[in-house]
Amino acid sequence: MALTNEIIRSRLMEKFGEQLTGWEEPYGMLTFTSDKNLNLKVLQFLYDDSELGFKFMTDLCAVHYPNQEGKELAVVYHLHNLKENVRIRYKVFTDIQKPDVYTACALFSAANWMERETYDFFGVNFVGHPNLKRILNVEEMEYFPLRKEYPLEDQKRTDKDDEMFGRD
Amino acid sequence: MSEHVTLPEGNVEKHTTTINLGPTHPATHGVFQNIIELDGETIVSAEQTVGYIHRAFEKIAEHRAPYQITPLTDRLNYCSAPLNNFGWHITCERLLGIKTPKRVDYLRIIIMELSRISDHLICNSIVGVDSGAFSGFLYLMQYRELIYEIYEEICGSRLTTNMGRIGGFERNFTNQAFEKLERFMKEWPPALKEFDEMFVRNRIFMDRTIGVGPISAERALNYGFTGPNLRAAGVDYDVRIHTPYSSYQDFDFTIPVGSTGDCYDRFLVRDQEMWQSMEIIKQAYQKVQEFKGAEAEVYHADVPDFYLPDKKDVYTKMEALIYHFKIIMGETALPVGEIYSSIEGANGELGFYLITDGGRAPYRLHFRRPCFIYYQAYSELTKGGLLSDAIITMSSLNLIAGELDA
Repeated sequence: MALTNEIIRSRLMEKFGEQLTGWEEPYGMLTFTSDKNLNLKVLQFLYDDSELGFKFMTDLCAVHYPNQEGKELAVVYHLHNLKENVRIRYKVFTDIQKPDVYTACALFSAANWMERETYDFFGVNFVGHPNLKRILNVEEMEYFPLRKEYPLEDQKRTDKDDEMFGRD
Repeated sequence: MSEHVTLPEGNVEKHTTTINLGPTHPATHGVFQNIIELDGETIVSAEQTVGYIHRAFEKIAEHRAPYQITPLTDRLNYCSAPLNNFGWHITCERLLGIKTPKRVDYLRIIIMELSRISDHLICNSIVGVDSGAFSGFLYLMQYRELIYEIYEEICGSRLTTNMGRIGGFERNFTNQAFEKLERFMKEWPPALKEFDEMFVRNRIFMDRTIGVGPISAERALNYGFTGPNLRAAGVDYDVRIHTPYSSYQDFDFTIPVGSTGDCYDRFLVRDQEMWQSMEIIKQAYQKVQEFKGAEAEVYHADVPDFYLPDKKDVYTKMEALIYHFKIIMGETALPVGEIYSSIEGANGELGFYLITDGGRAPYRLHFRRPCFIYYQAYSELTKGGLLSDAIITMSSLNLIAGELDA
């Protein structure tokens, strides 16, 4: 029987109940969130469960939402069940003041560099990571450049007037 | 600096030798560094440093309208730029719900498979160079030139192509483009056959590559390998089959797989993929020829909000000028959405994770770069091997610095 989003959802609800929230299906991909302290339990369950079997980590990255107080940073996991060819997206949100999230390195070797990249750009502190240091930027850098408070261009520039273009 | 470099006080010697492979070593074929700890000629450990050509594409993309992001994608895997361009355009089309005409899909497939060939031929001939046979590389370069001439005919540029539009191509393929394609289809297979004869059963080459840098299917999956490197380990995962895009489901082709995941298998998988790509190109060309009447002229979908109007209309018609201006300045907002879309790039699953908030530019765009993900396995692949094997392992993984660093 094909693994559908409904089956995945009910299987997860059976195990975790109300701890999983934010169910969505944008463009057909099942998306949900949970408390950040649950992330390893959820990933492990998705990996181990014979019915689910999400054993391939496609992608790991973060998103910064400066307006969501207490949930500014989202760590997004894209997982893939290669046998059934189903993808899911799992997010955990964390406070930007204390961005501690457990590392998924023990489960997926692929997570190692992806977590380093996420740390490098967003400052997410992956607790338990074997080698959490910057990967693409220089080690002396003191900020996390993909956070929204860092503009791309020098804001003091006066030679560009965007007023007529409806930009913000 | 890392502790490898500073020797303990009073001690001038140690058991192992530290060498720097890179960042600008000719054997790395790109800008990345490996700090290798050698015991004699055996590698004890290798530590990779990447980021030398990091250009902050993800940050730049948050401030750019869709068409201004296409040139950024060129510079990811610059050996097969059209694949990246189309991957981005397909992502936008999925977000916007645009359905492309069949002819566009087939034309895209021709170009995508040509790019795959041009990428694999570089990789495989470089493996040849690193095993001591230079002539194959120079010889195949002529045929990459033929591919680049086809690109040139279609979009005007060669390496960083910036090819195509959301919904299709900027102009129809000219007769010269098809003539050049026919020339390539005629001249390339015999050359590839010669190349195969030179390497595939060559004793020296086999001795240099069999059992070198192997990885099991299980480890490869755990490391997030995709593309030829994963298939060489024996997993038949290919995005073209698993999640068909651009009408790949209309084509008949096989996915070559290896078994040991060593350099030789990676070489063979890429080699067979080039033959399969040739089959796909033949079928696609056939299908393109079969279109009749008005259908035979279609080269883009009808999406005036995102497809740039014809240049001559822009100069003469008011409406076209307005649309041109709006699209270039990014005045047509992208709908709010969140999408992950991927294509089979030359190195594996090239993914675009796009979040839009209704503005002119993406709220967040993340590139899933296959190179970056599988390069972390390099120290595991080379540990315990010889230094000369580490170099051939690196080239057989097809590491492209642009894709590593984004």
